[in-house]
Amino acid sequence: MINKIVPTLQDAVAGIADGSTVLVGGFGGAGQPLALIDALIEQGAKDLTIVNNNAGNGDTGLAALLKSGQVRKIICSFPRQADSHVFDGLYRAGKLELELVPQGTLAERIRAGGAGIGGFYTRTGLGTMLAEGKEVRNINGVEFVFELPIVADVALIKAKLGDRWGNLTYNKTARNFGPVHATAAKLTIAEVDDVVELGELDPEAVVTPGIYVKRIVRVQA
Amino acid sequence: MKRLSRDEIAQRLARDIPEGAFVNLGIGLPTKVANYLPDDKEIFLQSENGVLGMGPAPAKGQEDWNLINAGKQPVTLLKGGSYFHHADSFAMMRGGHLDICVLGAFQVSSDGDLANWHTGEPDAIPAVGGAMDLAIGARSVYIMMELLTKEDQSKMVAKCTYPLTGLKCVSRVYTDYAVFEIQPGGVVKVIEDCAGVGQEELLKLTGLPLTF
Repeated sequence: MINKIVPTLQDAVAGIADGSTVLVGGFGGAGQPLALIDALIEQGAKDLTIVNNNAGNGDTGLAALLKSGQVRKIICSFPRQADSHVFDGLYRAGKLELELVPQGTLAERIRAGGAGIGGFYTRTGLGTMLAEGKEVRNINGVEFVFELPIVADVALIKAKLGDRWGNLTYNKTARNFGPVHATAAKLTIAEVDDVVELGELDPEAVVTPGIYVKRIVRVQA
Repeated sequence: MKRLSRDEIAQRLARDIPEGAFVNLGIGLPTKVANYLPDDKEIFLQSENGVLGMGPAPAKGQEDWNLINAGKQPVTLLKGGSYFHHADSFAMMRGGHLDICVLGAFQVSSDGDLANWHTGEPDAIPAVGGAMDLAIGARSVYIMMELLTKEDQSKMVAKCTYPLTGLKCVSRVYTDYAVFEIQPGGVVKVIEDCAGVGQEELLKLTGLPLTF
């Protein structure tokens, strides 16, 4: 019998190695897997590269992970926010490397990673600082910038419901990067509000099919 | 002479959004446009974080922090609205499916180049978000801004000096003084002198060879 439900958060993050690239779900606070992030802080893996849209808000979740000193580099689109003081401090002190990526290019690089695509051409960023040093190709009279895929060791995501095969549904805009991240990591771990029996999720409404998910942990909302 | 307030700029811009349009409003000033969309037209608001058919802010006490906009403020979903993941959301933009996006700007050039994400100052922390995707993706990019900086410099310029967001992407610029249309070949046409300052004054303020 296949059962991807693990009993504890410690089990969920077990084995995450130093130096891992970790995709972290969420857009600001919506969809951020707070319990898994806290478990990763406790687990202690170091020298991490984190991929998220932002770079933490306030002092909890991703901000707390940055503060813990476990992160070497962050790949994101929008680090600077009213409450991004943890990131701001580390970045200004030269303690955190930043790779800034336009948001759609970020999502598509992860999608490409999960889909086994070796890169793609996009008009986003053409002629800007963020395309410097990248290949530009004229396709049918239009110039495009070449972007590489992102693949990761681990994805930490938050979903609404999950079953023991790893099928997931999401909650409104808390979906954001979750389904994309799930496809692009060797080890995708989801925290869910609730676990349901096989067959309870409407197959037409499953957003992330279980093939992408290795571990699920229930975290009561 | 009376310059438009920020709300009046939003109101003026909202008048030009037709029924059935798919529209993305950037964070900050452009979100004001949502307050002036006419009730008698169905207009679809898209938000980069995976919503189509976004509705107004919820009543106090009804906030759902799983339903937010690009500015991370609580919103609602209209009947018929939908959710989708980030790669789909940006494919919508980059695939040219949005009719209009409204963005703020530091500078717009007469060629339609846009600078709105980075001041370029050495100690500034850069943050681009979805600006570059919207700039090249939406069929029409409408800019909403005050014409002059605090130092009375025109933000409509011959060539942008701030780091660029996109090349030749802006269609229209709605300001407190006038509405400008960027036409092919770097022609900037004044389509409305909102503040009533007259042609001479607009030429002087912008320093550009405007057409009227």
